[in-house]
Amino acid sequence: MENIAGSRPALRWVTNISVILLVLIWLLPTIGLLVSSFRDRDQISASGWWLSAFAVEQNFGVKIAADTATPEGDLFVIKGNVFEETGSEVIRFGGSRSAPTDYAAGETAALTRDRALTVQVNGDFVYTSPAEITRNPTVYFSLASPPDFSLDNYETIMTSSNMDRAFINTLTVTIPATIIPILIAAFAAYALAWMDFAGRGLIIAVVVGLLVVPLQLALVPLLQFHNKIGIGQSFLGIWMAHTGFGLPLAIYLLRNYMVGLPRDIIESAKVDGATDFQVFTKIVLPLSFPALASFAIFQFLWTWNDLLVAKVFLPSNSESWVMTVKIADDLLGSRGGDWGILAAAAFVSIAVPLIVFFTMQRYLVRGLLAGSVK
Amino acid sequence: MSPMMQGIVTVFFGVGGCVAYFWLSNLALDKVFFPPRGPHAGRNINRANVIRPWLFLLPALSALGLYLMYPVVGSFVRSLHNRSGDEFVGFDNYSTMFADPGFQTAFTNNFLWILFVPAASTFFGLLVAQLTDQLKWGNIAKSLIFMPMAISFVGASLIWKFVYANNADVGLINAIRDMFGAGPIDVLQVGFWNNFFLMIILVWIQTGFAMVILSGALRGIPEETVEAAIIDGANPFQVFFKIKVPQIKGTITVVWTTITILVLKVFDIVYTMTGGNFGTDILPSYMMSYMFRDDGRATAVAFVIMLIVLPVMIWNIRQARAEMR
Repeated sequence: MENIAGSRPALRWVTNISVILLVLIWLLPTIGLLVSSFRDRDQISASGWWLSAFAVEQNFGVKIAADTATPEGDLFVIKGNVFEETGSEVIRFGGSRSAPTDYAAGETAALTRDRALTVQVNGDFVYTSPAEITRNPTVYFSLASPPDFSLDNYETIMTSSNMDRAFINTLTVTIPATIIPILIAAFAAYALAWMDFAGRGLIIAVVVGLLVVPLQLALVPLLQFHNKIGIGQSFLGIWMAHTGFGLPLAIYLLRNYMVGLPRDIIESAKVDGATDFQVFTKIVLPLSFPALASFAIFQFLWTWNDLLVAKVFLPSNSESWVMTVKIADDLLGSRGGDWGILAAAAFVSIAVPLIVFFTMQRYLVRGLLAGSVK
Repeated sequence: MSPMMQGIVTVFFGVGGCVAYFWLSNLALDKVFFPPRGPHAGRNINRANVIRPWLFLLPALSALGLYLMYPVVGSFVRSLHNRSGDEFVGFDNYSTMFADPGFQTAFTNNFLWILFVPAASTFFGLLVAQLTDQLKWGNIAKSLIFMPMAISFVGASLIWKFVYANNADVGLINAIRDMFGAGPIDVLQVGFWNNFFLMIILVWIQTGFAMVILSGALRGIPEETVEAAIIDGANPFQVFFKIKVPQIKGTITVVWTTITILVLKVFDIVYTMTGGNFGTDILPSYMMSYMFRDDGRATAVAFVIMLIVLPVMIWNIRQARAEMR
């Protein structure tokens, strides 16, 4: 099939370029977030992340002391340097708040009341006024600050924002909610794949139907149920909820996989006197590893990334926030404009899924294909 | 007890309990109730085999029943009661809801989402699947486009909040506008179109899913049909649209419906990006605004979502039954 495009070099070029473009469009938003998470807040608001490799122009203002003015001819003159330490370079300057960078370094700015200001690249300035200077004037200037990447945002988010607590909470929700449904589903899938009993077809149909039941339906009745049996909003409740919601997909994927296992192995084991329990634990379970792994990844990603179930089934105090709730309900409100902090928080929350994703991608894809392509 | 400890204890007891249940119940069946020996060995084996499937299925069936089947009924019954659930009000919740302009906006927007997101995701997925199939570095490209699948909707929303940011020094969209001399706008507040800016986020996430499944299907197309078409002089576009696409129509429908169902469940994006303001509400986020406040209204919205899903559910079950035969 390769020769369709291969036969025409022009078409191959078009293909290459369009894929590069698509990949870029897909990646850019995430790269932007990653870069921003390492920049400090002033730099983020001074230049776009796509310019972060270059120096940023930042504005400053320095008050100069009026009492250092000396009369020179018919003018009062203040001389000095805007920098406390040498080494920086002034790019532009100005003498008023409304026009802080109207003049390039070395030019002479004409200010109000016939005053004048000159600032050199090295920071030396000359301020002249025909009348006596009574109030301290301010010199505004901009200079290039070099790119500044640091882990400060991550440090802030992990130490002072309770994100560490949210991280641990997320782990606590995710691990039991991944392991328990797999075990329950594996037994059910085996029964539906290899055991003969009345009503099997009906149960399979119900499982397929339940795949699409909207979660929203379950929220109110189950919260009431949890309250009634005394669990209320708690970790135990969210584990049970995730187990229930994850089961249809788990049973469906695992059954589809187990049905495909060779019949001979299972039948010969039974002829040799193995019970179904032994066949399941000793033969089917080890052979189903790829399917188990793929569902485990799904369930892990789904519980880690969930917002809705956590909002409803976990208590709403900040002690029990998982990361998604922390970001959506807390950080976006209180830190709405603090882009660096937000970016760092987002990256803390997507780091683990991304690692899992890139190391286990093979199984994830296999699981998806087993469930959907016939 | 710290949540971490609590988690470890649960894994231990939960998994241990499950294993113990399956192991002990099977043991009891084989050793105590129907041992496969003695005078009634044959009868006992048969009886054990009748009971065993239900031992295997019991935990799964009870969880499914409690967490997915009971809520369908439970929600409907609840939606016929008032705010606090102590008074039967019939279909009052539904009639006030349908008259509420907020609900009508949410319903229309949801309709737009169902129209746009699955179509766009499937289109881009198919496009990428076809294009990358012919490239040496196709698998790398696929991984990168698939990557958003791993990110939470909240994380994805934050990522796009940067792209849409009002400030030309933060947001890409406004930076590009700035380049052409246009002033900054808040794209999330532009009436009607802001819905599409939110949908783009979900398309960005779901294209990878569509791509993976469709490229699997494309690989499964027998080479002879494609070769025959090439020999007959078909150009690449004809091969794609007239030979390949018709052969994977079934898979395209599966992808389309899967994404449609997801659209009906998703609430995170609207909740994080706009909170349903500026006319961007959809049914799930509209429901969340009544959650904890008015359970009657919340369940009524949930039931409307269920009714929209129903045809897909029936189609799914039919499809599964047809495959099993």
